Amino acid sequence: MTSFDCIVVGGGHNGLVAAALLGKSGRKVLVLEAAAEVGGAARTEEFAPGFRASSLAHILNRLHPDVVKDLDLERQGLRLKRDAFIPSIALVREGTPLILQGAYGETLTGASAKEQTAWLEMRAQLLRYADILKPFLSRRPPDLGGLSLGETAALGQMALTLKRLGKEDMRDFLRVLLMNVADLLDEQLTDDRLKGLLAFDAVLGAHLGPRSPTSLLGLYYRLAGELSGEAGAQLLPAGGMGAVVSAIAAAAAKAGVAVRMNSPVARIVVENGRTTGVVLKTGEEIGAAIVVSATDPATTFLDLVGPRDLDTGFVRKVSNIRMKGDTAKLHLALDAPPAFAGLDAAGHKGRLVIAPSTNHVERAFNPSKYGEFSPEPVMEITLPSLSDASLAPDGACVLSAVVQYAPYALKEGWQAGKAKFQATIMAQLEAYAPGIGRTVRHAELLTPADIEARYRMRGGHWHHGELQADQMLVSRPVAGWSGYDTPITGLYLASAGSHPGGGVSGAPGLNAARRILQRRKEA
Amino acid sequence: MDTAADKVALRRAAQGHFSAWRIDTPFQPRLAELSRTDDWYSWAGYRAPHSLRDEELEYFAIRSQAALFDISPMTKYRVEGPDAEAFLNRLTLRDVTKLNPGRVHYTAWCDDEGFVLDDGTLFRLSAERFRLCCQERHLPWLLDSAVGFQVSIDEETEQVAGLALQGPTSFAVLREAGFAGIEKLKVFDLAELDHEGGKVVISRTGFTGDLGYELFVERALALSLWDRLVKAGELRGIRAIGYTALNRARTEAGLIVANADFVTSEHAIRANRLRMPDEIGLGFMVDATKGHFNGRRAILEARTRGKLRHVLVGLEIEGNVPAEHAIVYHKKHKEIGLVSAALWSPMAKKNIAIASLERPFGDTISDDLWVEIYAMRELQYQKLMKRAKVVQRPFIKLDRRTANPPADF
Repeated sequence: MTSFDCIVVGGGHNGLVAAALLGKSGRKVLVLEAAAEVGGAARTEEFAPGFRASSLAHILNRLHPDVVKDLDLERQGLRLKRDAFIPSIALVREGTPLILQGAYGETLTGASAKEQTAWLEMRAQLLRYADILKPFLSRRPPDLGGLSLGETAALGQMALTLKRLGKEDMRDFLRVLLMNVADLLDEQLTDDRLKGLLAFDAVLGAHLGPRSPTSLLGLYYRLAGELSGEAGAQLLPAGGMGAVVSAIAAAAAKAGVAVRMNSPVARIVVENGRTTGVVLKTGEEIGAAIVVSATDPATTFLDLVGPRDLDTGFVRKVSNIRMKGDTAKLHLALDAPPAFAGLDAAGHKGRLVIAPSTNHVERAFNPSKYGEFSPEPVMEITLPSLSDASLAPDGACVLSAVVQYAPYALKEGWQAGKAKFQATIMAQLEAYAPGIGRTVRHAELLTPADIEARYRMRGGHWHHGELQADQMLVSRPVAGWSGYDTPITGLYLASAGSHPGGGVSGAPGLNAARRILQRRKEA
Repeated sequence: MDTAADKVALRRAAQGHFSAWRIDTPFQPRLAELSRTDDWYSWAGYRAPHSLRDEELEYFAIRSQAALFDISPMTKYRVEGPDAEAFLNRLTLRDVTKLNPGRVHYTAWCDDEGFVLDDGTLFRLSAERFRLCCQERHLPWLLDSAVGFQVSIDEETEQVAGLALQGPTSFAVLREAGFAGIEKLKVFDLAELDHEGGKVVISRTGFTGDLGYELFVERALALSLWDRLVKAGELRGIRAIGYTALNRARTEAGLIVANADFVTSEHAIRANRLRMPDEIGLGFMVDATKGHFNGRRAILEARTRGKLRHVLVGLEIEGNVPAEHAIVYHKKHKEIGLVSAALWSPMAKKNIAIASLERPFGDTISDDLWVEIYAMRELQYQKLMKRAKVVQRPFIKLDRRTANPPADF
């Protein structure tokens, strides 16, 4: 039996980050990837001859600065500087779209002067509050069982930051923290386009509507992300999201990490409460004292470890993780770039959002509660080939869209519902970019069911579990086990299902690796 | 006939036990006939007698004759399937692979934190068929523990009637009643024997520390089984008893009762009432070598880190006043624990008690222990500070309990 110091199950970006950091520390690391290439939901894939798109995640907006630094990703060719940032655009059927320039709307184009002032005030406040949460949304959650000196100091630091806000601001921070985003937007803004976009961003990837309690947290989560030190910044990586993963993979390779493709893991071996390695689907056994699972927690425990080596209460908690995806992904191969109403050429290179009002987003959400898809879906569109010609044949264009809401457990079943949903999305696109339908050469719609099958994410959930208050921080993935270690000695979690959550941040992988290295030091 | 009102009426009819004051066990007709004290209590929702006629006579029936005690209210689960053994091995502390068909063992099970959910007896009726008997109800826990196992779990408390027949003449009563082969049963053996065209499971087990048996039979055959035993026991002093007598016998035997001597973890409201097996004298059950079982990690960690805070001990107390619920002191001053069961033992001729102490007392420090007994004497409490000594449990050891073949009294 071959053996390694560490085995990482799953070569998604978090698995690779953990592997690279463990490799850098001198450990002999093996990454086992079930698919033919690494990257997981952050690949660049060809979906039609000559057309390539970022498979699920298509916008980079929260790659953890320590990941960038520790893995020297900028030297691997990753461009994260301000000149690469793209604006967000609230699309309209007619009239003028609203444009948030710079890092999450440093300036606002297309709004009244009054609204611009109101927005800048609100933006400053959102960023101020997100900044308080930021350490919590990046570091390992505090250990409630027994706070270490460092953790106590970090909590004290947070208290100080809060205090420094001043009494009024601190009160307001605490008041709004668990609010729904819709009410907060109504308090401060009037422009439906702006409110629709912000409402959409707050609930993107979640089974929540803007009026659902706690929906504001999603916006804070988004704004706790940064690029090159700029909170809320976003960009389309040249070469698609796969290029980000390639940079991480290159860092891993440099650190001596071995990667095996087409090697699905059947079982994580447990002996006497301790992992001793994994067994592949082929039956091959590979030994390691440390196994890092970068696949989702439910799959890790219920399928790979199995309930027999776990406690009942723990299995109960893991089985109850809410992880039914509500988001679909659309890839279109277009003969020519589409023309969205009222938008100039530069605008088309931005992040285009169809979410004309808070009410519209809420109405799109409503049917998903009852197992139906949105009749007028909301979506986030990018046209990556406009900035990177290598992604499409000459003159043609790639459209990549994240579409909500698409409930995992569609009442009529996705077999029957998929074509109908695709037609619904196309009708919505046609309304905003007339003529687009005629230029579609090929369309690929990934429903949560497709995502589950193709990317091995239970429930087809991008975050490996709903990212809501009850499944965040010390409760992610389950209460009592939020610190990347597990009831199985030597088994660690490093997927988006662990704190802080999803998005191409590398934070779960980073924190998991740090935890492993720290424990080794303690031992 | 399908109106909402009809549906509600049907549902009400099916849930009669919700509104029942206390549910009758299958033996209630016989118990009611015998009861002179009319002293009933609720045992898990069932009507059960504290005593029927006279506590003293009932206690001495256990020790000198044959006592018949209705254990039907005990919670019973049928656990069946190819993975039944593996399921129970993961659920409980002891190694179920070592429990052969036809055998019974006393065991316990814990939550994830290693705190005891309950103790009980596990009957292995065949390779793939078990019966688990206990104090509390656990169906949700058992079903959730069954995820990943090929096993079916059904509660059979209502369907199965139970009787304990305890005391020196109990063997002779069963032989007299015509249960052929009963003499072959060694302690913790069980056998399925014929009764009225059905089967009765008889095990050589009990809660008294005496020679004794427990009998389980389907509900419909309950009364005929009772009558068969009573008739056979006529000349052997058979007597139906209530819980007070049994409680004395079990205390002498040093056996603990869930929610009397410790608080089960799903019932405990206060965090410091939770108990690990080592803290209630069940540490011997924990089999760290058998593979994973629920709570293993927490229990082993508590052992390694020395996080066990309590210990359950047997006490011998000077004098003859029972120390029921007395506070235990070190050097007459420092409170270190509480007595949960106590009596003047007619068998041991000693004043005995079961107590929970805070370690290191009862563990490494066992000298200079005292109990404070409040003796009510003519409408005035007299506080007695009595010396106590930690002793081994059981307080009494009866050779007849384990003698093979059992003696014919």
